[in-house]
Amino acid sequence: MRAWMTAGAITLAVWAAGAVANTAERSLDNGLRVIVKTDARAPVVVSQVWYRAGSMDESYGVTGVAHVLEHMMFKGTAEVPDGEFSRLIAAAGGRENAFTSRDHTVYHQTLQADRLELALRLEADRMANLVLSPEEYAKEIQVVMEERRLRTEDNPQALLYEALMATAYQTHPYRHPVIGWMDDLRHMRLEDARDWYQRWYTPSNATLVVVGDVRPEAVFALAEKHFGTITARELPARKPLNEVEPRGMRQVTVKAPARLPAVYLAWHVPRLTDPANDWEPYALEILEGILDGHASARLQRALVKEQRLAVGVGAGYDPVSRGPALFLVSATAAEGKSLDQVVEGLRREIERLQREGVDVRELERAKAQVVAGQVFEQDSLFFQAMQIGKWESAGLGHRNQALRFEKLRQVTAEQVQEVARRYLTDDRLSLARLDPQPIETPPIRSVANTTGDRHVR
Amino acid sequence: MAAQGLARREPPKNAMTALRRLAIGWLLPARRALSWRFWGALKVPLSVKHYTRQYVLGIVLLLALPAWAGLQIQHWTTAGGARVYFVENRDLPMLDVSVTFAAGSARDTRARSGLAGMTHRLMNLGAGTWSEQAIAERLADVGAILSGHFDQDRAGFGLRTLSSAKEREQALSVMRAVLAEPRFEVDVLAREKARAVAGLKEASTKPQYLGEKAFQAAVFGDHPYALDEAGEIDALERLDRDDLMAFHRLYYRAANATLAIMGDIGRAQAEALAEALTAGLPPGEAPPPIPPVPAGGRGSEQVIAHPATQSHLYLGLPGMKRGDPDFFPLVVGNYILGSGGFDSRIMREVRQKRGLAYSAYSAFQPMQEAGPFTIGLQTRREATAEAVRVVRETLEEFLRDGPTDAELAQAKSYLVGSFPLRLDSNRKILDHLAVIGFYRLPLDWLDSYASRVEAVTREDILRAFRSRIRPQAMHTVIVGGQPDAANR
Repeated sequence: MRAWMTAGAITLAVWAAGAVANTAERSLDNGLRVIVKTDARAPVVVSQVWYRAGSMDESYGVTGVAHVLEHMMFKGTAEVPDGEFSRLIAAAGGRENAFTSRDHTVYHQTLQADRLELALRLEADRMANLVLSPEEYAKEIQVVMEERRLRTEDNPQALLYEALMATAYQTHPYRHPVIGWMDDLRHMRLEDARDWYQRWYTPSNATLVVVGDVRPEAVFALAEKHFGTITARELPARKPLNEVEPRGMRQVTVKAPARLPAVYLAWHVPRLTDPANDWEPYALEILEGILDGHASARLQRALVKEQRLAVGVGAGYDPVSRGPALFLVSATAAEGKSLDQVVEGLRREIERLQREGVDVRELERAKAQVVAGQVFEQDSLFFQAMQIGKWESAGLGHRNQALRFEKLRQVTAEQVQEVARRYLTDDRLSLARLDPQPIETPPIRSVANTTGDRHVR
Repeated sequence: MAAQGLARREPPKNAMTALRRLAIGWLLPARRALSWRFWGALKVPLSVKHYTRQYVLGIVLLLALPAWAGLQIQHWTTAGGARVYFVENRDLPMLDVSVTFAAGSARDTRARSGLAGMTHRLMNLGAGTWSEQAIAERLADVGAILSGHFDQDRAGFGLRTLSSAKEREQALSVMRAVLAEPRFEVDVLAREKARAVAGLKEASTKPQYLGEKAFQAAVFGDHPYALDEAGEIDALERLDRDDLMAFHRLYYRAANATLAIMGDIGRAQAEALAEALTAGLPPGEAPPPIPPVPAGGRGSEQVIAHPATQSHLYLGLPGMKRGDPDFFPLVVGNYILGSGGFDSRIMREVRQKRGLAYSAYSAFQPMQEAGPFTIGLQTRREATAEAVRVVRETLEEFLRDGPTDAELAQAKSYLVGSFPLRLDSNRKILDHLAVIGFYRLPLDWLDSYASRVEAVTREDILRAFRSRIRPQAMHTVIVGGQPDAANR
């Protein structure tokens, strides 16, 4: 064990040096931040514009507006009409898309490295000059509602997650789904999207992250050329939005058409706020690895393989976020097992860890994933850019990612036990149960051997 | 978790497959694995987009430079007959290895549907002297990841490990045992059968699973491609250890194996590695090829009742196979028809003009024999009939008139210009090696890609589409649907 960790540590040292040394950073006068990481393995570049505005910045009645605006951002400007953005990027051999999360909205392109300027020109244009037309809005809001139906309305497991969030968070806007509540989407207006654009889409609320076969000075010059002329607007004051301290267990049940009962357990836990001095979030990350870091980690072994209470089980914790964090455990019951039995089994494993702590081999194993993961994640340009943007969005500084690897390796068995005892308690727990409802056996109505040109009308 | 926490403007290109995996995979998407990596790691087979003439010229010149003729694929055959495809790259201290067998669900029969998948599923759950627990721990101890790949044609394993000697050798020793000496323990088999059956029962409540299964059955009829990769419940319940042992002996042979190796290792080491991984495999010849997919007869229509808020639509028929002489006309044409995202006609007509769907696409899935051509979308129930009409009219118009010159130029511009994006990571290069090797594509397949895209004409596309996509042979499956949609 020790011998290999030494070998791993050597690899790590080489990599930690390489991974951070090649980022460069600059701020334009209007407040836009530009972060560039050179990775010249292929003649390709990833460009991402991060706006620090996600669903957590929304209010009651307009949930989902961050994501609706994201869709509308492709509807054109005076210079680049509707449809042209995608057409131009594709014509240059580029791929593009965008996504909205609780914390931010991100627009991204991947292209051959010498075509970066096209992406920057188009992004700068729509940062300042978006045209929001009622005709396009009327169609696009329908598309967004179809997206919600696909992702959530017809997906019992997603409905369960949505109910969990709305229960675990009582005051923080993380209680709202990113895509928005259907009723809010039905009543959304173009003006809501326009207000959102005017409030948050300004250089001082944005970070440009570029990773690939580029020189930082060249990227800074292009950024200045295209974004430098955009006038900064003042950002609204942000409130702290702290979640109220939990005072006892919360439970919710979702009834939906499904076959197997399922459950989420979520505990309120700390997130990372001070990368150099925090230790609890790192201990929670290692705890996640011990519970669910490989195919036979604790939860999988106990619940699925030995006791056979569940057909699937998982744990999740993300310490890097703008808002309050949860430590999640989920499980789907095996046939013939009740959800109570599954919850009991999960609790037994948590309690055993709280009582007996973790074995040093398990600890080292969890750290081995960290060491290897740090190398593996260098393989994807997109992932590297995502990490930079995410750390910046959370206000942690992307350079502290290297510190994270160091800190994770310093976590002790006692610290893992301590965070489990301190935070995985009933008073901090929210529990969401999926109560499967029968769905009538679908009668298959076959209109076989027709000629294919008969239309279904 | 983040899979629930993200919403994005455009669905992943093969969202259909992703949704299906989601449906038949267990569990709640609570895990990190279902976040970005879940959607992002999906391979984008031949997705495309559009453009103008000066760009086309620029791209051709750029590609004439040696930079992208530069993927040095080394190829050899092991003593036991396994074919090896290797690219050396020292940029990152890591190594990727995949071993693929022609042992997918096309090797199943109706009575044993699910045998191929269950054999593959059990191989890393106990092998050689190691229990499933020992296997998982030995891999985790060195930070290695052993993943599985399974589809109708292929069953295989991928290993990602640090390239430093101790880590690499420990990880490879596990992979070797998994391939050659799986234990197929009776108790583990009983458990995994129960999990698979539970997964199928859960999936059977989901419209996308029901729709794809019915569509696959309609398109492929009596051909083994019609069989569900995940198997049938009654057949799964009948499987025993002897079935798995026999399947392994028959199909997991060196002569039936393709290796892809990518990363921080030299040729001599790669050769030794390939020998070590395959030397202990069951002896014997490669099994005979699977039968060709018969040319489609008449089409069919099915409406499957389901209470979901959206209808799921699938239209299609057998499309093309790997190495098909019309591969490039079909790929370029399909970019224009329905795989090019916002550049494609289906997306424009269904979503941009009418707001009927979030995801709408057409896709070819080239396989060993003719894989499906599929048009798919999901729309609110009351819009079902309109959506079906729109995609059919869009297809008919494309078959009648073909692409415009501007569309063709744009498609080529995207396909050629985005080519370097297909090879910008070790993972992507490994996947290309695996496909080139398994389907025996020529070694210069990647080098000649751009020029073959450029050579496609409007007439090539029309001829290729008209000869294959015959409207009277199309199969339609609708899950959900308007109450009386099919009767009017």
